[in-house]
Amino acid sequence: MQTPCILAVTRRELLIGTALSVAIPASAAPSAAIAQTGVKSMNSKVSFDVNGVSQQLELDNRTTLLDALREHLHLTGTKKGCDHGQCGACTVLVDGRRINSCLTLAVMHEGSQVTTIEGLGTPDNLHAMQAAFVKHDGYQCGYCTPGQICSAVAMLGEIKAGIPSHVSADLTATPDVTAEEVRERMSGNICRCGAYSNIHDAITEVAGRQA
Amino acid sequence: MKSFTYERAASPAEAAAAASRVPDAKFIAGGTNLLDLMKLEIETPGHLIDVNGLALDKIEPTNDGGLRIGALVRNTDLAADARVRRDYGVLSRALLAGASGQLRNKATTAGNLLQRTRCPYFYDTNMPCNKRKPGSGCAAIGGFSRQHAVLGASEACIAVHPSDMAVAMRVLDATVETVKADGTTRSIAIADFHRLPGDTPQEETVLEGGELITAVTLPKPVGGTHIYRKVRDRASYAFALVSVAVVAQRDGTGRVALGGVAHKPWRLEAADAQMPRGAKAVHERLLADAKPTSDNAFKLPLVRRTLASALAEAKG
Amino acid sequence: MKFDTPATTNPIDQLKVVGQPVDRIDGPLKTTGTAPYAYEHHEGLENTAYGYVLGAAIAKGRIASMDLSRAKAAPGVITIVTAETAGALDKGTKNTAKLLGGPEIEHYHQAVAVVVAESFEQARAAAQLIRVDYVKADGAFDLADARKGATAPTDTQADSKRGNFAAAFAAAPVKLDETYSTPDHAHAMMEPHATIAAWSGDKLTLWTSNQMIAWGVGDMAKTLGIPKQNVRLVSPFIGGGFGGKLFLRADALMAALGARAARRPVKVALSRPMIFNNTTHRPATIQRIRIGAAQDGKITAIGHESWSGDLPGGGPELAVQQTRLLYAGENRMTALRLAELDLPEGNAMRAPGEAPGMMALEIAMDEMAEKLGMDPIEFRVVNDTQVDPENPERPFSQRRLVDCLRQGAERFGWSARTPHPGRVRDGDWLVGMGVAAAFRNNLVMKSGARVRLDNKGFLTVETDMTDIGTGSYTVIAQTAAEMMGVPLEKVRVRLGDSTFPVSAGSGGQWGGNSSTAGVYAACVKLREAVAQKLGFNSADAVFTGGTVRLGNRSVPLAEAVGQDGLVVEDAMDYGDLSKRYQQSTFGGHFVEVGVDVVTGEVRVRRMLAVCAAGRILNPKTARSQVIGAMTMGVGAALMEELKIDKRLGFFVNHDLAGYEVPVHADIPHQEVIFLEETDPMSSPMKAKGVGELGICGVAAAVANAIYNATGVRVRDYPITLDKHLDRLPELS
Repeated sequence: MQTPCILAVTRRELLIGTALSVAIPASAAPSAAIAQTGVKSMNSKVSFDVNGVSQQLELDNRTTLLDALREHLHLTGTKKGCDHGQCGACTVLVDGRRINSCLTLAVMHEGSQVTTIEGLGTPDNLHAMQAAFVKHDGYQCGYCTPGQICSAVAMLGEIKAGIPSHVSADLTATPDVTAEEVRERMSGNICRCGAYSNIHDAITEVAGRQA
Repeated sequence: MKSFTYERAASPAEAAAAASRVPDAKFIAGGTNLLDLMKLEIETPGHLIDVNGLALDKIEPTNDGGLRIGALVRNTDLAADARVRRDYGVLSRALLAGASGQLRNKATTAGNLLQRTRCPYFYDTNMPCNKRKPGSGCAAIGGFSRQHAVLGASEACIAVHPSDMAVAMRVLDATVETVKADGTTRSIAIADFHRLPGDTPQEETVLEGGELITAVTLPKPVGGTHIYRKVRDRASYAFALVSVAVVAQRDGTGRVALGGVAHKPWRLEAADAQMPRGAKAVHERLLADAKPTSDNAFKLPLVRRTLASALAEAKG
Repeated sequence: MKFDTPATTNPIDQLKVVGQPVDRIDGPLKTTGTAPYAYEHHEGLENTAYGYVLGAAIAKGRIASMDLSRAKAAPGVITIVTAETAGALDKGTKNTAKLLGGPEIEHYHQAVAVVVAESFEQARAAAQLIRVDYVKADGAFDLADARKGATAPTDTQADSKRGNFAAAFAAAPVKLDETYSTPDHAHAMMEPHATIAAWSGDKLTLWTSNQMIAWGVGDMAKTLGIPKQNVRLVSPFIGGGFGGKLFLRADALMAALGARAARRPVKVALSRPMIFNNTTHRPATIQRIRIGAAQDGKITAIGHESWSGDLPGGGPELAVQQTRLLYAGENRMTALRLAELDLPEGNAMRAPGEAPGMMALEIAMDEMAEKLGMDPIEFRVVNDTQVDPENPERPFSQRRLVDCLRQGAERFGWSARTPHPGRVRDGDWLVGMGVAAAFRNNLVMKSGARVRLDNKGFLTVETDMTDIGTGSYTVIAQTAAEMMGVPLEKVRVRLGDSTFPVSAGSGGQWGGNSSTAGVYAACVKLREAVAQKLGFNSADAVFTGGTVRLGNRSVPLAEAVGQDGLVVEDAMDYGDLSKRYQQSTFGGHFVEVGVDVVTGEVRVRRMLAVCAAGRILNPKTARSQVIGAMTMGVGAALMEELKIDKRLGFFVNHDLAGYEVPVHADIPHQEVIFLEETDPMSSPMKAKGVGELGICGVAAAVANAIYNATGVRVRDYPITLDKHLDRLPELS
């Protein structure tokens, strides 16, 4: 099972919002940086990896990870459907776990490893899950699709890691990739075009190949 | 969303101290509810203290045979923990019935307890709401109130607490551990943690300004059959219309808590005492003071039936 | 090209490419996140600012005053546009309420300002600093109340009659007289309404999300008072529409106004909580249905009345349409009545008219079958008609409703259904089966295309047709490949740009057949041009394998078109075949549900649709259209309802947590069968619409299955557990 990411304190954090930070010893805690300098900024610098590429950004603190990807890095494969965690279109993998990128601030992701739909495959070199979605027509308008695919990839990992679900009959048993399990676990990704039945077929094919 | 300054806290005590220094500071952990509300300017902190770096992400045994769950343990990890699955099944079930896989991966134990209501009038800043803007009135009373409280509501507010996890914590007699700005710590019984709305629906818990939850502690396992039944319109990714948490013992004793019916998880020790007499006796006591609206009167028979079924299942 | 005589044999009939279940050609782009949607165009738009729309806080009244000072002073703010500063604005022909409100406010969350700032975060925050003082006015928000004052709509046929309904109904030995209700529905497409607007001099370009490019151009030009040729719409990918993006909406207008004021490109997406009240929705209906029949099940009288509401100047929901055509019966009447309501604007949503109409009619048919002691399929079969029952001299072009129902019954195992409700148990589940007919009219629309064949043998199709998930890219490519005898890989399709020939657009399930017929017309012209260039008689030339052949002379197309290639443009236009023949699509929906005997929760266990909808151009994408419609039908049956606060006049549950649509866990495996059918009356493609047929009847099939499971009849959608809980069996 994966464990939550514990943020590493890096020297880069010390640069937050102050030009004086170069004078602060690298061992100082980041909150102390603000306390000592008294400088308060509505912006922060942050760096994280996106699809294996290191990114350094200076962002308005309010910028969500989703908007950082879409508006600042122009990685628009990750979609904004509701901006409130109610649809799943913005699903990305952070440190291997699927999350809603609309409900997390970019500045909270110092040192994170972010994988977006663009990092899974390209039109000429599709990831197995992407290819299965094409084969099974697991989409229509395509807007929820990157979120569905990112979610599906991580979801199969969660089953493999033994994480139970609402529909697991026995809490203490190891879950299987059943139709009911897949449907429950994918329920955080809404598809208004209603491609669910086909998405399920696509995921089942990939899961079968992995097994 | 209003502009805010941002810092990462280095220790729980320091986080609490930082929060007390800045009057409109908030802690942020998972962020899944806070950012949702900040986007709508229902929450408007001027300073965010990111507590994700604090080492509060462990689940450890306590000296008396219970479990101490760090405040930052993600919902997924808590639900998947082998000890929780084995000894506190109702908690694992409640967590897994909530939200979605993505949200559970981010949402934390402490944050789940601090979730704010999903009342649609609370969420719409054009509408009067005593919880969001004290004294402005309550648009839900006399409005669309299908999801709202049938127990413990007031003339100021009929909102419900949306958490599933908190209902299980209540039935398990969990304890909330905190640290205050002055570095002192305290333990709060879950029964005392959430408030009923009364005249001050904006005050949802007994936490003081700057007080930080560090852990939630479960007493040693009580055994029995653990059941969590959540009733909702769609099959997943929806808040409860009602939910029922049960821990039932072979001798007929046990405990019951309800979700989706009040401003806090609803449990009455007097109702628990009725367990040996059967479901009817329990729900009559639990729902004795119910005051539903015309939109949500169905919650009473729904609780009655769901509870009866759950207790029948527990008997086997 | 004019289509005014029934289609005969043509190159499409080869079915080498058309009719094949090929993967979507845009699939690799969509699955890798590289298909650009409206808000995602960056090239040449480096200077784009962000617009955030503020919606009205009241349902009806006027703005007394607006204080913009704090917002203007906020960090990053470039400009703010309100009705006061926007300059003269007209209203689009297809808009009921103004897209920019003020001083009059017509509905909740009507746009009243757009704040333009350097960043999204700044624009959103500044919008909250605008202070608006309103003077509220009383409004009408309750259809049940307003029904009494409803009147016959003037811009659509309000009443239809044949025979003597009243007398025949009174005399009928078996009668049903029931009233049903359907609520307001939200399209809730996944991509919010979004637009990037950029001005170059007096010319405006909009990268937007719009189903009907030419309508959008026309209404934007009219609203701004500028010539149509100065407006360009670009909409290559659309993240769902379902009718919600048929029209110019506030995102496009506010982006255009913001960009004009800011003198730089501006991008605007409506926030999700604003979409439900700001944009259009499917209006609620109250429907009274009366059916009289003889003991043998023959309908002698059928009457259907529907009441719906809309803002002043709006239109009715055409919920009685199908009842004029679906079942036989000598004596019939329908009536539409429209009430004025001050709720947000009602308009088309997937299968307007038939979707809510079939929700009611097909419960009524189920109830009537039970009264007659007949199987609901047999009752429908007995009342089948091959002619328009209001005009018996007018036949259906094709009508295989009975085949759909019979084949569906066989496939679904209908014979295992017990007619006695409430008898089947599976643990805590009460299990039931339900059926409903599916019916949706087939519409044809003029549609144009430009085709270009280059000296490498690549064929490029350009049309302003849109792909809202329907598969337009793919079926258009298949059509062009079939017509020109080239492999699919040699076809490029460019859609959704107003610089391309005007197409049918996406709506009313007319898009697939109509747009491919337009491509057919252009390809016929291209074939003639190629043949002429080679001195071939075009009627005898054979286009196959990337070559054109006459007798034993064969020339590769790349060579035949010459160095400069060939470009032609044409459109398909229609004669009166659709008047002489009633063109409709048919189907049967079969559903099995479980109802939790404890809680009343309903979960769908099995679903099958059998469809007869002309030639299926691509069985893979057509099937997706149908399963998607079935899913939306489940939503309508079980959960979807815009809840109205009748005091304050707005849809309360205005986000995707409050307005529940089905999730993965709600939908079982879905099966779809297409009957082999070609309809030569529809177009040379011999195809008809299918994307809306799929939703018509689904909700009623679910409702009928619930009744079969529980014995409790619910006539008010959605069928949430609270509506039958008190009538479910007491627990032992």
